[in-house]
Amino acid sequence: MNEVLEMQCPVPIREYPQVLMAHGGGGRLMHALVERMFGVAFANPILDRRHDAAVLPASSHRLAFTTDSYVVRPLFFPGGDLGSLAIHGTVNDLVMSGARPQYLSAGFILEEGLPMEVLWRVVLSMRHAAAQSGVMIVTGDTKVVDAGAGDGLFINTTGLGLIEHSLTIDPRSVAVGDAVLISGDVGRHGMAVMAMREGLEFESAIESDSASVAEPVLAMVRAGMELHCLRDLTRGGLTASLNEIAEASSMSIRITEEAVPVRGDVSAACEILGLDVLQVACEGRFVAFVPEAEAERALAILKAHPVSAGAVRIGTVESKDGAEVVAQGVLGRDRVLPMPSGEQLPRIC
Amino acid sequence: MKYVAEYRDPAWARRLSEEVARVVTRPWTLMEVCGGQTHSIVKHGVDAMLPTGIELIHGPGCPVCVTPVGLIDAALHIAAMPGVMFCSFGDMLRVPGTRGDLLSAKAAGAEVRIVYSPLDAVQLASRHPERQVVFFGVGFETTAPATALAVAQAASRGLTNFSLLVSHVRVPPAMEALLSTPGCRVQGFLAAGHVCAVMGTAEYESIAARHRVPIVVTGFEPVDLLRGVLCCVRQLESGRHEVENEYPRAVRDGGNEPAQGWMKEVFRVVSREWRGMGILPGSGLGLAEPYARFDALLRFGIRSEGASPETECSSGLILQGRLRPPECPAFGTRCTPEHPLGATMVSSEGACAAYHRYRRPKGRT
Amino acid sequence: MCLAVPGRLLRVQGEEALWRTGRVDFGGVIKEVSLACVPEVRPGEYVMVHAGVAISRLDEEEALRLLDSLRSIQGLSDSGEEDP
Repeated sequence: MNEVLEMQCPVPIREYPQVLMAHGGGGRLMHALVERMFGVAFANPILDRRHDAAVLPASSHRLAFTTDSYVVRPLFFPGGDLGSLAIHGTVNDLVMSGARPQYLSAGFILEEGLPMEVLWRVVLSMRHAAAQSGVMIVTGDTKVVDAGAGDGLFINTTGLGLIEHSLTIDPRSVAVGDAVLISGDVGRHGMAVMAMREGLEFESAIESDSASVAEPVLAMVRAGMELHCLRDLTRGGLTASLNEIAEASSMSIRITEEAVPVRGDVSAACEILGLDVLQVACEGRFVAFVPEAEAERALAILKAHPVSAGAVRIGTVESKDGAEVVAQGVLGRDRVLPMPSGEQLPRIC
Repeated sequence: MKYVAEYRDPAWARRLSEEVARVVTRPWTLMEVCGGQTHSIVKHGVDAMLPTGIELIHGPGCPVCVTPVGLIDAALHIAAMPGVMFCSFGDMLRVPGTRGDLLSAKAAGAEVRIVYSPLDAVQLASRHPERQVVFFGVGFETTAPATALAVAQAASRGLTNFSLLVSHVRVPPAMEALLSTPGCRVQGFLAAGHVCAVMGTAEYESIAARHRVPIVVTGFEPVDLLRGVLCCVRQLESGRHEVENEYPRAVRDGGNEPAQGWMKEVFRVVSREWRGMGILPGSGLGLAEPYARFDALLRFGIRSEGASPETECSSGLILQGRLRPPECPAFGTRCTPEHPLGATMVSSEGACAAYHRYRRPKGRT
Repeated sequence: MCLAVPGRLLRVQGEEALWRTGRVDFGGVIKEVSLACVPEVRPGEYVMVHAGVAISRLDEEEALRLLDSLRSIQGLSDSGEEDP
């Protein structure tokens, strides 16, 4: 890993310091970009065959299959960047069905004029994140759009994972009495990105929580745990994820607001901007629904992994009617947490 | 956070609510003036901690909600002009004008920026001399010093590409208007703590005396709010109607004199239309003569039309505390945060949005 | 209307009132805010900040006094919980 991280960008940056239309044109420049940047950074036996399609071994296991596109701004933020996010996000989506992530595709949409050095940093970050998550990037695509027609760089990743268990990890498996666990503190990714927006800037030590959560989830699967449902927290934060599950399972979920871990600085940043931390985006956090009897064991496994060391129980699945998410507030009063309505805007006055 | 967490303590809150229950002998109707207080009351369930008979009605203190449609239309018009960078607080972006809101203007190609402070808009104007930077100056007396400073800074730097679409409003004339409305049910006020941090308490003395209502300057956290309710109820029970400061950690009787100085320097008192309440004399702040060149309406030659069109929205009654959000026939059905009929459903401080967002579970308290 | 948050003043910059600013620490989040309206405030003290402007010095004695006055409401809670 280190030797590659230290290595210079293999595409001759001095010749082409910025992406040109020709880098997507199918000719010599595109070939150089694919071979010498993507091919080198993502090298593995399947990608190295350079077929139009990656040829993968078949398996008798069920497959998990997911896709996501990544457009975050800025490209680099404290604790991560677009590249690591594009790996972690898709890996985590696979993991939420208890699958072992194996193969990813990577589609790049580059805007003409994107500094080649920026692309190289993002690609290296993807390489690093893929290695850490135990996945191979086995196929890909590159397109270049005219200057002004894109916003620097967009990435799509599609992932395949093997389901090596017989559970149905799905909102439909959620049952009354299930314990609701969260893998760590919330709101860090959203606030790390917010801190960099022109006009809203603030200084803090807040870093994105962007990470693969494959290890703790697969450890729970290996331990034979009866997992009912898993859901990663992304846009819309905890509130959105719980509402999705409540709706899909037709169950009401009750959480204790104070039990949800929030770092002091994240909570302070939300106070200043008037945001509800329960709706702020995360990129390395998930909720787990497990039977009451499994809750302690699940927490012990989660806490044994650094990425989920802050895991705690936040609530319980309460009833079969309502499909509502209810939070008990600091004063002991209940309120409904409705599905967030679009992006939260800073509330100043 | 220090000086926040203490005031959310459940044990203190319970003690205060028990004390309110102990001193109250008959029903009272109180109004919290400020939308920030409404937000906190509904979020934390402070209203549910009060004994039956103490009713809190939600006041007009949400600047986003009371900004008239005509000015929002002016904002949309200016934002769409070529070369303009339109800066606003976040919660103004979803407020509907006659045709669309600032978010849809942004989607149509306008450059609309969310800023945390009016001073950030001045920074943007310095950094982008090729753009005309316009700041949408909404807010009560709490926000007016920040906007005044922005104008003073722009003047001091000699910026010719900064201007202000000004919609500042003042609390006391609105309280007067409410109290003078026939059928007004308000018997006591929780005054807006941060407005008083700037303006002090003197303006409220004559209102309390003439209308014989207690006015208790109140903070924003649950313990502050319950403390405000307790003091208001104590006054009502003993037949007093005084101005009382229950937020002394932030509010001095004389307010913040330097802040008032900046406001006097930059603004003058004007009449202003309030959405849902009509034109209230002396209820607004406009740019004073020496700063008139920073007026965006003048700079871009816009005439802001008065007389907002009638809609199904009952925000006027809501803002006057004559209708509770769930009593509105459109609430939660034809009017939701995604498809608001009016501003009280848009701003997260608006009473309707607060009720929608923090509603109680069915069949529970 | 008026979201104002308390923070501790760390450092002051600038002389002229209009441009005087300070670094304010809000529980680990630091923002540069205008001190044009609070010329008397010194580092170490708390200010209430709204829309990038300190609008008031937070009076710590008064803050403690409210909590003390709450303690004087006695014998109301029978839950037996400790004072916070």
